[in-house]
Amino acid sequence: MQKITKEQLIERASALLRDGTVNHVLGWAQGEFDYDITPAVFSDESSLTGNFVWNDFCGANFSKYLVSKCRTLEGKILVFLKPCDTYSFNQLLTEHRFDREKVYAIGIPCEGMADIDKVKAICGDGISSIDCSGEKLSVTSIYEDSPISVNTADVLTERCVNCKSKKHVAYDELLGDEGDILDSARFDEVAKIEAMTPDERFAFWQNELSRCIRCNACRDVCPACTCEVCVFNNPKSGVENKAPANSFEEKMFHIIRAFHVAGRCTDCGECSRVCPQNIPLHLLNRKFIKEMNECYGEYQAGETVGSKSPLTDYTLEDLEPGEVFDRGDINA
Amino acid sequence: MRKCSLDSLNSVFAKIAEAMALYLPVDGSDGRAVFSKWEDGSVLSNALNTVRSPKDFFFPQSEDLMRFKTEGKNIEIIDIRPESEDFAVFGVRACDVKSFDILDRVFLTEPCDSYYASRREHGVIISLACTRPSETCFCQAFGIDPSTPAGDISCFKTDNEMYWQANTEKGEALLKAIESLTEECTDEAVNEQKEKIRAIMKKLPLASLTTNSFGGGKTTELFDRPEWAELSEACLGCGTCTFVCPTCQCYDIKDFNTGNGVIRYRCWDSCMYSEFTRMAHGNNRISQKERFRQRFMHKLVYYPENNDGLFSCVGCGRCLSRCPISMNIVKVMKKLGGESK
Amino acid sequence: MNNREETLIPKIGVITDVRIDTPDIKTFRVVTPDGKKAFDHRPGQCAMLSVPGVGEAMFSITSSPTNEEYMEFSIKKCGCVTDWLHQAEVGQQITIRGPYGKPFPVDDEFAGKNMLFIAGGVGLAPLRSVINYCRHYRDRYGKIDIVYGSRSKDDLLDYKEIIDEWMTDAGVDVHLTIDREQEGWDGHVGFVPNYVKELGFDTDKTAVLCGPPIMIKFTLDGLVSLGFDKTQIYTTLELRMKCGVGKCGRCNVGAKYVCKDGPVFRCDELDELPDEY
Repeated sequence: MQKITKEQLIERASALLRDGTVNHVLGWAQGEFDYDITPAVFSDESSLTGNFVWNDFCGANFSKYLVSKCRTLEGKILVFLKPCDTYSFNQLLTEHRFDREKVYAIGIPCEGMADIDKVKAICGDGISSIDCSGEKLSVTSIYEDSPISVNTADVLTERCVNCKSKKHVAYDELLGDEGDILDSARFDEVAKIEAMTPDERFAFWQNELSRCIRCNACRDVCPACTCEVCVFNNPKSGVENKAPANSFEEKMFHIIRAFHVAGRCTDCGECSRVCPQNIPLHLLNRKFIKEMNECYGEYQAGETVGSKSPLTDYTLEDLEPGEVFDRGDINA
Repeated sequence: MRKCSLDSLNSVFAKIAEAMALYLPVDGSDGRAVFSKWEDGSVLSNALNTVRSPKDFFFPQSEDLMRFKTEGKNIEIIDIRPESEDFAVFGVRACDVKSFDILDRVFLTEPCDSYYASRREHGVIISLACTRPSETCFCQAFGIDPSTPAGDISCFKTDNEMYWQANTEKGEALLKAIESLTEECTDEAVNEQKEKIRAIMKKLPLASLTTNSFGGGKTTELFDRPEWAELSEACLGCGTCTFVCPTCQCYDIKDFNTGNGVIRYRCWDSCMYSEFTRMAHGNNRISQKERFRQRFMHKLVYYPENNDGLFSCVGCGRCLSRCPISMNIVKVMKKLGGESK
Repeated sequence: MNNREETLIPKIGVITDVRIDTPDIKTFRVVTPDGKKAFDHRPGQCAMLSVPGVGEAMFSITSSPTNEEYMEFSIKKCGCVTDWLHQAEVGQQITIRGPYGKPFPVDDEFAGKNMLFIAGGVGLAPLRSVINYCRHYRDRYGKIDIVYGSRSKDDLLDYKEIIDEWMTDAGVDVHLTIDREQEGWDGHVGFVPNYVKELGFDTDKTAVLCGPPIMIKFTLDGLVSLGFDKTQIYTTLELRMKCGVGKCGRCNVGAKYVCKDGPVFRCDELDELPDEY
């Protein structure tokens, strides 16, 4: 259950549309079911009341949409941001990717988002509705006579299980209470992989990445991937590809992408959320974050606008290449 | 019709695997079903369907077409096409079986695609009737009955038994090979199950979806509909829907320089990709709206126009489950008038 | 071994002549290694040429089918494959497959008609095939008018052939134009669509257009304003292609594939298609 209700959000958005503060609202639109929610632009009150939704399945991070919508939409855009979304928002501002003046950001608290695949693992196929208004999810199935009660904690998306912050780092207006930066266990899984032998580690990633179908969903949803033309789409780059020509190429795609977003990735978790093949892509990014934290001190991309990532900021205290080499040697 | 007990299924699979490579859906390490080659101990997945469709067996994501050797100004073309070996795919759902009809009309139409044709000739499709359709299923909108799948052999799974019904010569031959492990039976239990499934189909949330507003000849009516802008608004332009789709067959042909000759290979492509139609002097589909529209117009209008009214969607629901932004053909159809009131 | 026929597997072609036509267009003569034509074709059809390791691309066959010795391709330098071809020398092997697409109806609808050919820039390439076909079977057609325009005199394709052969043929009128005044040019200056209107052709003709999309659009409007019916006007389309046989899925306009249902379309057929080309 979310602390703030859909009605409160619609009311606030409607008021801002009415008084002319904003012209458009970037929000979540109701799907066929209660869980298949689509990002949408609402430009009048009736469409808000008819279609706007806010429940435990509103995972989409709208920050990246601001890059294109600020270019194509006239007037000011209201965007609803969950705490983790605000980090992407700031990072995009740091990279001058959208016009802050065109955006009115409302921070909304988030109690964690549910993963429909986890719900289905418990309830099976045939879900006709999911009521998110109570403490637990109440799932109605065409195969069951009465609703199944599901603990929200059991079906949270991975990124919400390991939520790093309930605090909004950017907004024009905050609805509800401000949360705190959390002590997250998000690096535990990375540590486990680090503890593997190189062969085990290779086998782990081989198994995961071999499932990749190269749909590019991870890249296309990623708020850190905002190149006008991705190197993997550019025929002149020499690495443009839609399918692997050999077994190494899939790894290359993901490794290059991880390198490219290193220092800029806020760990929003969208890549893993959208992967149709369930590849834990966030682990690659977290490895980079963990590595940078250990080498250069704690750094959270997007925490403030204009902050410099350790990879683009030289200080006299920086680790010497030799030390990095030694460290790598020990880890191997 | 023949049957075997579920307990003896493993030995039936073993028998088939003696004759040819057998693939079946098993639960992968991430918990999602995936077609894998049968080996002793493989357990048939209980999942309704796999994330990747069985089109992969006939039209793989990437395949080498030919090789070239170049020396000075000379080129040698090396035909590397092997003849496929016999193989069987077990557990193909009714929707996915139907997808082969749709792919056949593309690849087997003159000039016939020999790569696909070879695999089709050597592959035996063993379908499996659905027992627990999902809310995302809408095969019935396309006239598919999931309780009675087609294929070379149709299988029906009940609580304790697996029923086998051959539909083609290829199917007959394979059933013959497992004759000693199965017994002749009536179709009573299967018919009873079919009725149950048909009753469930009526209760599915997407049961009211219809294709009445679509089909050949509807281009002018649908192409300029204003709804396309709204429907495509959030589309990321990724290829998920096209790659998990059992009927999407667009491909690219590319050359890969190995350093020791050139491999020309074919790989899946997606009409959702911005460079799909890009030419040196421009792109005729300028924004994601045009690309998005192309995908659905192709499935719902262009393909049926060229193929006797057959739609190139089978209602498997993969795109409903996997689209990162939950936009899909059902939402498109409903928006454009595809729901019976 | 898979012994089925396979259209995607090409033949070897040898470049036996390279003619520099304009600063960015060259015309390549191609035969098989044993010196023959790679295959028969009809006017307006295309072939897939490729350079292994660089890529494959579709080109219209600019030579007439009546030429039984070789095929010719007029190719403008504008991408990976064409850049590479422009570097190629005589004797270079490439690969070739085809013929692809629906040809001009030279023996049906065009038979006995007065023909009006209108081309801009490299758009003359597909028309040259049909123009030379009509010149070869001169008695099967009525009067032939050719309007051809380019950016400058240096950008006129097949200039020598036009001057030496087309202009000297009886019953063939060639109207050349260039976009801007140029020293040494005393012919017409102006864009093709305007020139067509100035020339004010009678509507007793079948018109065939090829050129950049913007030229086609305005010339088509011009012909219609002169009283031409769209059923009298033909054009060819060009979209990105990979397979050439209607399977790879990228060259469709509505339900039609340019590679197999085109590239030749009658303009009233185009009106039935969505505006996406």
